[in-house]
Amino acid sequence: MTIKSMAEYASNGEAPEVLFWVGCAGSFDQRAQRITKAFAQILDKVGVKFAILGKEEMCTGDPARRSGNEFLFQMMAYNNIQVLNGYGIKKIVTACPHCFNVFKNEYPALGGEYEVIHHTTFINQLINEGRIVLKEGGEFKGKRITYHDSCYLGRGNNIYEAPREVLAALDVELVEMKRCKTTGMCCGAGGAQMFKEEEPGNTRVNFERAEEALGTGATVIAANCPFCTTMLTDGVKNQEKEDSVKVMDIAEMVARSLA
Amino acid sequence: MYIIVQQIFFILILATAIWFFVKKISEIRRNIKLGRDEDLNDQPGRRWKNVVLLALGQKKMFKRPLPAILHLFVYAGFIIINVEILEILLDGALGEHRLFAPMLGGLYSFLVGFFEVLAATVLIACVIFLIRRNVTRVKRLNQAELNGWPKNDANLILITEVILMSLFLVMNAADLRLQQLQAEHYTTTEPFWISQHLTGIFGNMQEGGLVAVERICWWLHIVGVLLFMNYLPYSKHLHIVLAFPNAYYTRLAPQGKMKNMPAIQQEVLYMMQPELAPTGGEQPAEPQRFGAKDVQDLSWKYLLDAYSCTECGRCTANCPANMTGKKLSPRKIMMDTRDRLEEVGRNIAKNKEFVDDGKSLVHDYITVEELRACTTCQACVEACPVGIEPLAIIDQLRRYLVMEESNAPQEWNLMSGNIENNMAPWKFSPDDRDQWAVEMSSSGQ
Repeated sequence: MTIKSMAEYASNGEAPEVLFWVGCAGSFDQRAQRITKAFAQILDKVGVKFAILGKEEMCTGDPARRSGNEFLFQMMAYNNIQVLNGYGIKKIVTACPHCFNVFKNEYPALGGEYEVIHHTTFINQLINEGRIVLKEGGEFKGKRITYHDSCYLGRGNNIYEAPREVLAALDVELVEMKRCKTTGMCCGAGGAQMFKEEEPGNTRVNFERAEEALGTGATVIAANCPFCTTMLTDGVKNQEKEDSVKVMDIAEMVARSLA
Repeated sequence: MYIIVQQIFFILILATAIWFFVKKISEIRRNIKLGRDEDLNDQPGRRWKNVVLLALGQKKMFKRPLPAILHLFVYAGFIIINVEILEILLDGALGEHRLFAPMLGGLYSFLVGFFEVLAATVLIACVIFLIRRNVTRVKRLNQAELNGWPKNDANLILITEVILMSLFLVMNAADLRLQQLQAEHYTTTEPFWISQHLTGIFGNMQEGGLVAVERICWWLHIVGVLLFMNYLPYSKHLHIVLAFPNAYYTRLAPQGKMKNMPAIQQEVLYMMQPELAPTGGEQPAEPQRFGAKDVQDLSWKYLLDAYSCTECGRCTANCPANMTGKKLSPRKIMMDTRDRLEEVGRNIAKNKEFVDDGKSLVHDYITVEELRACTTCQACVEACPVGIEPLAIIDQLRRYLVMEESNAPQEWNLMSGNIENNMAPWKFSPDDRDQWAVEMSSSGQ
């Protein structure tokens, strides 16, 4: 497969169905790259005509804004909006809830108005439209799986059901953690915490959350955010359960279950 | 003569109580208005819906059913028993006794009986609340930030309610016994539902003693109510009033949305497109402080939030930083904001205008360590039954720290440097951003 950039589409005078906003984690982090590849594979397989910005993509500015650096956020936002509006982008899909939140809620005030969709919602739509066809009896069928709500998809934007519907389509046995949906516990990465040490405490946020997830007896912890995936993977390692329990993005689970 | 003296005395007490109450409330109003302007009058339909669902309907309380039901007893009891207060006030002012009884007949006895049932449920619920706070010691009601005055405040409120309800019931019981003795002034009613079972406590007490008990209870009850009303503005219990406006003005945007800073947006725009910048002429207005250092830098809504907080700790119980032992507690953010605002208010009352006292909300009340621990997960905002946003204050204080004090951990400085230079929070070459796509294409995936 070849993945075309927006510049390539534009030079051929074509427009993609959707822009896949990869995000920094999805672009650079080795673990998150696997999520990116899985999602690209799904899009390619079902024939969604998508583009990436490639080298023209930049951080949305989310961690800068959350840490308090509004100047840097505004600079990143200005540059991104220039690029996106320059290409006349209408619809964006992203596998990162932080990018999703910024596009959906924060760029409109700065002149960047797009239809934004998180990849779990997009996958759910493709399943419902019959464009994604899943294997009968795929590898997750009947497996005990728990789902971790990311803060910026769940509480931040009230998206709780679409990812769960995808898991239902995979025929998993979903076991909820006690803290789920509106009371779901953070993985510890948000608010630019990903990029610094935690403050002193009894334990790390990701250790506590991973412990709760492991407590469900699930063999897979399903996630929807590259940062949550990293944090929970570290938490599972801390409990020395990495051989028996996997942390997977929903896109990776679907990519492995394509018919 | 005896009645007229009581009447005059009553009206004096009532007027004094109202005067002090109005004075304190206007101080609180002034304090809230020290905050920055923010127009929150859009979408009245959705706002009224929040008043109905959150404040009247207590929707979010029911995430924890047991305290929700107990709280509902106290809340319903409080609101409905106030109808009875109306009669007590009129009786006191007019020198009457059970003014409404002859007008309402059987309905009167039914209503007072119903109020008695509510009084009993309020009493029982308050006793259970006292047990939860002091005996079973529910965690969120016994955390560090509640040590000292906040715990006493909570207990004082509960004990006062127990006393007021007891006085109401004992008063009615004495009244009933007096009716049975056909004492003068004591209008005959049907026996009330609860107090008819309490008459035994008087033994063989005669009319004189019973009148004394009835009058003492009546006076203590109404004076207690008026004192309690005046205690409210100094207490966390003020939520019974402010929950309503706070629910009206609460955020309507998705919780993930952080407030924009148009001043900085503008500045960046002029930097990127200097041709748009205004040339010479009028000087731009003195820029506001970036973020918030002190309470006056916060939106008035966040100051209303602080006065609306009843320190229930649902925010803190759901805070991932607090759950893992960090110093951050969203409840403490709200308590500190109120304490500092009260301090600023006293400063203004004393000096006519605010005189710098060398203190500020950040550092002197809320430490950098607390602010740094926030993951912006919005669990505190989601948990608050009355629509308070601790996160919004944290966001503003963090903005001040980073932009005005350049106060950030070294890792954040590196992160910002990377974003600025490499367009990503890590030190990767921007040329490698699409490396994954190249790999996918070349591996034939």
